[in-house]
Amino acid sequence: MDGIHDLGGMQGFGPMVRDDVVFHAPWERTAFGLAISVDIVGNTDEFRHSIERLDPSFYLSADYFGRWLGALETRLVDREILSSDEVDERVGGSLARPSAVLPNGLPSSSPDGGPVRDVDRSPQFEVGHEVRARDIHPVGHTRLPRYVRGHRGVVTHRYPAFDFPDSHAHGRGPDPQYVYAVEFRAADLWGEGDHAVSVDLFEPYLEPA
Amino acid sequence: MSNEHAHTHRDHDEDPRALRADAIESLLIEKGLIDPAAVDATLAYFENELGPMHGARVVARAWSDPDFKVRLLADGLAAIGELALGGPQVDHLVVVENTADTHNVVVCTLCSCYPWGLLGLPPAWYKSLAYRSRVVREPRAVLSEMDCDLPLDVDVKVWDSSSEVRYFVLPERPQGTDDLDEAALAEIVTRDQMIGVAR
Repeated sequence: MDGIHDLGGMQGFGPMVRDDVVFHAPWERTAFGLAISVDIVGNTDEFRHSIERLDPSFYLSADYFGRWLGALETRLVDREILSSDEVDERVGGSLARPSAVLPNGLPSSSPDGGPVRDVDRSPQFEVGHEVRARDIHPVGHTRLPRYVRGHRGVVTHRYPAFDFPDSHAHGRGPDPQYVYAVEFRAADLWGEGDHAVSVDLFEPYLEPA
Repeated sequence: MSNEHAHTHRDHDEDPRALRADAIESLLIEKGLIDPAAVDATLAYFENELGPMHGARVVARAWSDPDFKVRLLADGLAAIGELALGGPQVDHLVVVENTADTHNVVVCTLCSCYPWGLLGLPPAWYKSLAYRSRVVREPRAVLSEMDCDLPLDVDVKVWDSSSEVRYFVLPERPQGTDDLDEAALAEIVTRDQMIGVAR
């Protein structure tokens, strides 16, 4: 989805603030502990998508672990394990109640199966190939950042196949796909800059350039 | 979780997120979906067993043992396995080397992927909207704001961790460290160097 989480290249978020803290308050630690302990929140791709589905204003204002907490709650609500009314009742109000902008698709989850997968086919691209990131806009979860779509790059690494997030986040199974590190030039992406940006892209995100 | 704060302070001034975390935790316990002792054990593992000291050992070994460095750059996961390292969020590891003329820096623009097993949980700035949005677009400015000014003749490469591959920066060995042994070298390696926001 073309969501608020897809931040690469967006402007206006201000200067770097060196905040080295991991947990600012006990509740952040609680949110992290719960989210990584409750198997029923689903696999990594499903959980990431739950974060992406948060209402954009919630996403921007919640801080990192606030998003984890919001995603945990929406996930538990989706799975009918609890309701936000139940949580409100215990909190004594609806403050910080998350809302999600899109349905998550199928409510069943497939577990993390170990990310590196064997697939019975040859990779389509090799190191040195020129490729283009497809200009596609999937409605659901995807790991194809907006800022590279339609741009040309060069394959610098070919990796094994991994669970395909676009499928795995939506109960459609692992559908493993090869992954490539693709190097883009900043000047191509932003019209200026002398640096390179390498992005890991699943094979279905790419076409020959 | 057994932290007293979560169960004792229910005044109106408290962050609503804290109340909500507390409420969800208590509901999950009542429904039998989590075991508080297991959650505590998991958190203790993350807080006590993981951290940049593991990554620093990898760097110190690479600085001390050229053959290890070759293996590390060729197959990160196999090489750190020699040091009995690995762990969560390190399923496939690529180590990128900083040199006199190339500087690598790591980000995750889509969420906040990070090699937990080598560096622990990430600092807040790594997860910030500013870092995630800006470092792919203007890395020199971002690094400068973090007191890392790169000479213009140093090439910059930004690695966006958009898959399950995790990236780890091997910094350059500082001059004047010839007398240090591996353990002493590990002491001078910083987390920021291994992310690539320090040289």
